[in-house]
Amino acid sequence: MGEPLYEFQPRNKVVKWIDYRLPIFTVMHRELVAYPTPWNLNYLWNFGVLAGIALVVLIVTGLVLAMQYTAHVDHAFASIDRIMREVQYGWLLRYIHMNMASFFFIFVYIHIFRGLFYGSYKNPREILWILGVIILLLMMATAFLGYTLPWGQMSYWAATVITKLFSAFPLIGDAIVTWLWGGFSVDNPTLNRFFVLHFVLPFAIVAVVFLHIWALHRFGSNNPVGIDASGPQDKIPFHPYYTVKDLFTLGLVLIAFALVTFFAPNYLGHAINYAPADPLQTPAHIVPEWYFLPFYAILRAVPDKLIGVILMFGSVLILLVVPWLDRSPVRSGAYRPVFKWFYALLVVDVVVLGYGGSQPPEQPWILINQIATLYYFAYFLVILPLLGYFERPKPLPSSISKPVLGGGAQPAGAAAKPMEKA
Amino acid sequence: MADTANTGHGGSGDQQGSGRRDFLYLATGTTGAIGAAAFVWPIIDSMNPADDVLALATTEVDLSPILEGTAITVMWRGKPVFVRKRTQQEIEAARSVDVNALRDPEPDKARVQKPEWLVVIGVCTHLGCIPQGNQPNEPRGNWGGWFCTCHGSHYDTAGRVRKGPAPKNLPVPTYAFVDDTTIEIG
Repeated sequence: MGEPLYEFQPRNKVVKWIDYRLPIFTVMHRELVAYPTPWNLNYLWNFGVLAGIALVVLIVTGLVLAMQYTAHVDHAFASIDRIMREVQYGWLLRYIHMNMASFFFIFVYIHIFRGLFYGSYKNPREILWILGVIILLLMMATAFLGYTLPWGQMSYWAATVITKLFSAFPLIGDAIVTWLWGGFSVDNPTLNRFFVLHFVLPFAIVAVVFLHIWALHRFGSNNPVGIDASGPQDKIPFHPYYTVKDLFTLGLVLIAFALVTFFAPNYLGHAINYAPADPLQTPAHIVPEWYFLPFYAILRAVPDKLIGVILMFGSVLILLVVPWLDRSPVRSGAYRPVFKWFYALLVVDVVVLGYGGSQPPEQPWILINQIATLYYFAYFLVILPLLGYFERPKPLPSSISKPVLGGGAQPAGAAAKPMEKA
Repeated sequence: MADTANTGHGGSGDQQGSGRRDFLYLATGTTGAIGAAAFVWPIIDSMNPADDVLALATTEVDLSPILEGTAITVMWRGKPVFVRKRTQQEIEAARSVDVNALRDPEPDKARVQKPEWLVVIGVCTHLGCIPQGNQPNEPRGNWGGWFCTCHGSHYDTAGRVRKGPAPKNLPVPTYAFVDDTTIEIG
């Protein structure tokens, strides 16, 4: 009975003519309109689409900003000032670009934590998950590179400190840093290459996002129950059910975004970055943007330079092997009574790390950061593997419909139910 | 859409329900389209001239060093403007022409404020090359004005096109005499 919803039957002759030769409309219809989606997805499943929209907004605003920006140490700061004061709507475009970068991270972090709770990384979605971690890494690199471009004090010192991380590696460390800089300090060659990379990496992200969606559509979305759909009655077409739901969330999120962009555009930034870069003076209190704070806290948790750097990179890279660290066959955390609590503690832990990263490296924050770092790694390396053996999961329902409808699946009524929900 | 007014009464008939859906669908779509346009406009407008570019729209020129029969080139809005002090002979040549026989009919008097001073934008109206004739060693074309070497357009001593592919005369920019020896272009 669901079949007509999923079939593509073009009426327009031009569409038919093109589609016969290049079935692009069929593919788009199959992946973006008909795409069968579990009908029990909750609002946490909206954040992938939101992240994609944020990426598009960043690329579009970034494109026109790049037309006004000058990647030269003598002109970069002034060119940003010119964007703010002279270019038509330049202030708006820059504030959108700045704050949408933050919102992109908010969306992606929620997206990742959703995946961690509902076991979205588990068989057969390991590659989907790994591609997501690669997107996160590319995002972090792009955000850092973009932050250096205004060539303010924080830009300059962020560029210095972050590139200096690589000097921790024995023997080749200093050579790597010199190579990254293209000189013996962060200078014009550095700014030039950072601009080129900041421009090109988002397109690499688009390419990986494409693979990410491809891998997602291979088996379809996971769902809050975490079991596979038992048949077509468990799925509904993506359009209009999830397009409208995504658009609704987008509306809410854009209201929040507009409030930040228009009323507190610099709230998430640092005032000192409105002072031009000075290679002879470091700002007194130097912290990264908020989305790097948990990792920054991990970097500073141990007094050893090399181990700190390894732990920081490791805290992201460890996500790559989560599908094999988690030994539990149950996907959804809703059916894992013990996991649930450790997971909640992980969320708190990352928030604590984020706050700890913003504090000066003094007691009690040194100790708190150390404990939080320990728990972060223990969660992935000890708790996840052990829970698979010791935890006794709750019995899983026989179908997606069961826990919602309270009875057995009712194939005949399934098509009508989602409409009630939507 | 006509029955949308009725939908508020809480009727659950099919017709009323679909009318309300149509209304919501159109209202949502319209709001979304306006929102998208409001986002797109700043992006497009940012590529227009910025305020500092618009602020540079006037240029002052000191006329005192220009000798009779010679011309200088000044920059205005990123383009060359020819300022030429014409000889009596050149003025007469420009004024003795049958205006109606010209490709772009314009009397010389309409193109100058003071007969000896000719001010024109030095961009060929064909495809935008800079015509030659301001330097003493450059060709001035068959009518003693300017000659565009790109595609062979000839301009006379009033900057009017006389031969070649150019469709229009060299345009006269807005300018005013600040005093006897200074003009402000723009």
